[in-house]
Amino acid sequence: MMDITGFTETQLDVRSAVAQVCSDFPNTYWQEHDQAQTDPKEFHAALAKAGWLGIALPEHLGGSGLGISEATMMMQTISESGAGMAGAQSVHANVYATQPLARFGNESQTETVLPKVISGEWRVCFGVTEPNAGLDTLSLKTFARKDGDVYRVTGQKIWITCAQVAKKMMLLARTTPVDQVKKPSEGLSLFCIDLDRERPGLDMRKIKKMGGRAVDANEVFFDNYEIPADSLVGEESKGFKIILHGMNAERCLLAGEALGLGYAALKRAAEYAKERVVFQRPIGMNQGISHPLADAWMKLEGAKFATYHAARLFDASKKDKSISAHSLGVACNAAKYMAAEAAFTAAERAVLTHGGMGYAAEYDVERWFRESLVPRIAPVSREMILNYISEKVLELPRSY
Amino acid sequence: MRPTSARLLNILVPVKRAVDYAVKIRVNPQQTGVDLNVKHSMNPFDEIAVEEAVQLRKRLKDAVQSIKVVTIGPPKASETLRTALAMGADSAIHIEIPEADPAPEPLGVARALAKLIEREKVDLVIMGKQAIDDDAGQTGQMLAGLLDWPQATFASKLDVDPEAKSATVLREVDGGSEEIKCRLPLVVTTDLRLNEPHYATLPNIMKAKKKPLEKLTPADLSVDLTPRLETIKVTEPPARIGGGKVANVDELVAKLKEAGFTAA
Repeated sequence: MMDITGFTETQLDVRSAVAQVCSDFPNTYWQEHDQAQTDPKEFHAALAKAGWLGIALPEHLGGSGLGISEATMMMQTISESGAGMAGAQSVHANVYATQPLARFGNESQTETVLPKVISGEWRVCFGVTEPNAGLDTLSLKTFARKDGDVYRVTGQKIWITCAQVAKKMMLLARTTPVDQVKKPSEGLSLFCIDLDRERPGLDMRKIKKMGGRAVDANEVFFDNYEIPADSLVGEESKGFKIILHGMNAERCLLAGEALGLGYAALKRAAEYAKERVVFQRPIGMNQGISHPLADAWMKLEGAKFATYHAARLFDASKKDKSISAHSLGVACNAAKYMAAEAAFTAAERAVLTHGGMGYAAEYDVERWFRESLVPRIAPVSREMILNYISEKVLELPRSY
Repeated sequence: MRPTSARLLNILVPVKRAVDYAVKIRVNPQQTGVDLNVKHSMNPFDEIAVEEAVQLRKRLKDAVQSIKVVTIGPPKASETLRTALAMGADSAIHIEIPEADPAPEPLGVARALAKLIEREKVDLVIMGKQAIDDDAGQTGQMLAGLLDWPQATFASKLDVDPEAKSATVLREVDGGSEEIKCRLPLVVTTDLRLNEPHYATLPNIMKAKKKPLEKLTPADLSVDLTPRLETIKVTEPPARIGGGKVANVDELVAKLKEAGFTAA
């Protein structure tokens, strides 16, 4: 379905090898896990066993040292296999949230945690979002109070994917009250903590949700939850800067996940349109069916170029200082927006192409359609990207 | 105890790039063959052969000195070699033929392999019993014949004793299995049940990119790969005619009788 000219040999190697692992997990696996809301732990384990969770981690820490261009291709291939956003989310944080740890963590943190994450023994979740601080990260309220050689964490996190199955959380919490910081971007710190449900002060609740039901998303409550002081990653108060670096990378990964979902849905729609015969002809012969699908394909292809351009810029920016933070931010946000919209369009049209059958779980397109709302909303809404482009590219006055 | 150099095993695994087993093949409009503009991957029997070589090294440790893979094919066949290297082979040889050339036939392939084995030190050849594209199932036997080596075809279990320079092979034969003992050097062809190949891991895929891949031409080996057979026509099997539905067992039995099937 997707045109693969122009990709690098390594990207194509990643694509075929990941597809091979995914081929052991057919759509019925994902249907069952979606319906029963059970964690796809066999899938996570299979990817870990074949070494994929370390794709973008440095080689000296047991990873493969590839870039976001390859990690994006991996995430796309996962969702495109039919695993959808559920499959992608079951490993997303392990690939992505470990980046700041690899870069800013001390030797003992990286050497104890990363090999176990890569091998699949431990899973990781990312604890940033709060009920009253979604996009407005700087207003985070969860507080980690230093108390001798421990911190005590109090506050609430929300939409924490995989918290039920994760051993570790990358937690962003305030360590200096907002009215005492010198700069608004300071006062937050990043921690790599154990999620020990047996210890006092930690509670979590699963959120019932629209799509990606195989993978748990949670509210997590901390009440004087004690964490050792050495779980701090990097410098205290510099947490926001540390995670900011990874945000552009996450835009790329999510764009890739959206693309995969869109191509999976479109491929299924085209197959159905070819086979389904009404009035003695395949419905795909009708332009009312074929044109929306052709249009959806071009939208996906356009978003694909934007996505892999952004990923390439992200990787190149590590060495090429002529790539500005502005260009990179614009490219990554635009790519996420375009991929999310293209995936939604493809998924919606795939359902409509199937007519009544599109509403049945057996045909998968309803599952992908439900999941196609995720990249439109997370990790940043489409409206906030439109605001960002309005302000940073069109230089229009900020609306908020 | 370190094995002496005389007892070290050098394994050669010939592999073929073939249309992927999951692809629905279609005859081309000219009826000269099938549409090749589809996904290709390593012939599944060859995957089993590579896996067996890698497993053999796990079992025999240092006694396996080298695992070399070889393919004859167009430039893209290099991908298949990289896959084999990612699975654990040490080095690869690509006998490259132009994209437009016809696919070589078993005798041509066996001759090229025999020539290659003259140059390389090989104690054991492990190869697929057949390729899933032409299903010829001849190359291993022809190679053993040309080299005047023993052959153990359709292997479902392989034990090698490097000290004694011999191998015990369980073969799949009609009505069961047959155990044979052979002297090395030896040609083994793999059956489906020999092992279950593992997926290459990402770190091994990356390592494979740095492993040596030597390119040769048929001329380098002074072999002629010109086909000796002429394909006259390739056609699809006749389309299946849909069956009918019966309401109950009695009706089914009646229909079967009508069609001439009767209980013995």
